[in-house]
Amino acid sequence: MHTVTVTPEEVKKIAKLANLKLQDNEVNLFAGQFTKTIEVVNELNEIDTSKIAETYQINGLSNITRTDEVDLENVLPQKIALREAKNTHNGFFVVDRLIDSDAEELI
Amino acid sequence: MKQLHELTIKEVLDGYTNKDFTCVDLVSHFQKRIEKYNHKLNIYLALNENVLAEAAAIDNEIAEKGITRPLLGIPFAVKDNFLTLGIETTASSNILKGYKPQYESTVIEKIKTAGAIILGKTNMDSFAHGSSTETSDFGATLNPWNVEKLPGGSSGGSAAAIAAQLATVALGSETAGSIRQPAAWCGVTGLKPTYGRASRFGIIAMGSSLDSPGPIGRSVEDCALITEVISGKDPKDATTSPSPVEKYSENLYASDLRGIRIGIVKEYLLPDMREDVKNLILDAADKLRLLGATVDEISLMDPKYAIGVYTVIQRSEVSSNLARFDGIRFGHGRSVLCEETKRRIMLGTYTLSAGYYDAFYKKAQAVRTKIVDEFKEIFKTYDAVIGAVSPGPALSVGASKNQPMFGEMEDILVEPSSIAGLTSVGLPCGFVDSLPIGLQITANQLKEGTAIKIADCFQRHTNYQVFPDLDKTT
Repeated sequence: MHTVTVTPEEVKKIAKLANLKLQDNEVNLFAGQFTKTIEVVNELNEIDTSKIAETYQINGLSNITRTDEVDLENVLPQKIALREAKNTHNGFFVVDRLIDSDAEELI
Repeated sequence: MKQLHELTIKEVLDGYTNKDFTCVDLVSHFQKRIEKYNHKLNIYLALNENVLAEAAAIDNEIAEKGITRPLLGIPFAVKDNFLTLGIETTASSNILKGYKPQYESTVIEKIKTAGAIILGKTNMDSFAHGSSTETSDFGATLNPWNVEKLPGGSSGGSAAAIAAQLATVALGSETAGSIRQPAAWCGVTGLKPTYGRASRFGIIAMGSSLDSPGPIGRSVEDCALITEVISGKDPKDATTSPSPVEKYSENLYASDLRGIRIGIVKEYLLPDMREDVKNLILDAADKLRLLGATVDEISLMDPKYAIGVYTVIQRSEVSSNLARFDGIRFGHGRSVLCEETKRRIMLGTYTLSAGYYDAFYKKAQAVRTKIVDEFKEIFKTYDAVIGAVSPGPALSVGASKNQPMFGEMEDILVEPSSIAGLTSVGLPCGFVDSLPIGLQITANQLKEGTAIKIADCFQRHTNYQVFPDLDKTT
């Protein structure tokens, strides 16, 4: 069984992927905790699953579809849809600039 | 004569019919109790400001038409991850502080259509990430039996609301243990429906392949009556089952359990479990035998593997589900997320990331198949399996701190059934150290009726439906 150590560098990378900013002390804390958690998870390798298919959906339903029609009962009026947003403009949500922004390049 | 806060659903409806009291009387009575005890126990986060007007409207309806709806004028406490129109919904996270939902969850719509009244929203672990309520951004709820103890979680506020008798019934949700475990620690009854039996639409998502909303109440009967109302196919949740909803209440009042075959799981009597807790479970098995059931010792996979499976699946789904909380369309920015939320999102991001997906996520889903297959095999012979809900009674305030896998360890005995999407009733089966212990009665998918029949018969022939005297404990 392979042991896995989650390093502080990996924690920083994961935080970026997850769109989270960590405090300095959290980086080392999480690295240690994730290493321990993965140790518990790795006990699963004691079980042979070489001939076993994965279960992603538990109650056996698949390909549940609906007619491709707009149901106005399931659409929020614009005013209500925008109500909880902090920043709106001319009836739109305002988002942070992604292109040509100063943010570091995405991983 | 019983006081208003001590009544079951049936007793409330009888009281309305006989004009013993009005809905306004009942609601005002709960308001007074909430006023008196809530600040000591931290159960309700938000109260329904229109509740008296709603109660008055129900009194008019009763005067005009009588009781024509199954939950007419029944006061509910609702876990704060159900979206409720007009009442702030936060999932106990600062990221949603002040959020007023723009639509209603299907389960809430259904109980309202059935006539229910919502008293308020109850505290929980932040985003349901935990088994203690200690990860709530608004402070932990305290256990009504002993305020130095935790109520369990994540539906800790809802379970405590029933134990403290601050509502007639409550709604919770379970991903793995979050209904049964707090019900056990608070000495009340909870029912986890089959995955897909009740709609997840409008419930703030945690693990979408596991989440199951369900009732917490004083009795199996109350839980059965609510399950009947909240179950069913919902076009807004593609994973809901098209199977017709049974009249679960027809399984109540069985005089005995002859013909029922029950397995008591050997591996669930953990080696490090307290003897007095084990004995309560063995006593419960004997009681079920006395009631006519056959109870055999059976063997299942070591539940320790369920911890690994659950950790990976749940963290992965959390990572995906919580990506939508970006403060753009609603709520605040991600910087206010608590440590536990960040920890869960990030571990899930890790297990789903390139290079690790096969080793962790695929592996966990394959072991999940083994767990499912084992239960399938058992249910060929047995109607239900039983065991303890939790390895011990409620733990002390602070117990979850610095324990990044606290929930997983405390929920070891309920994780396998959740991973397999089964239905299960948790109900009190005795006390140790003056704290309640819970028994789980787990049945196959869509066999709510079987679990209800066994649990209800056990409950009517035992005497564990007792409630703490808050004037002594708080």
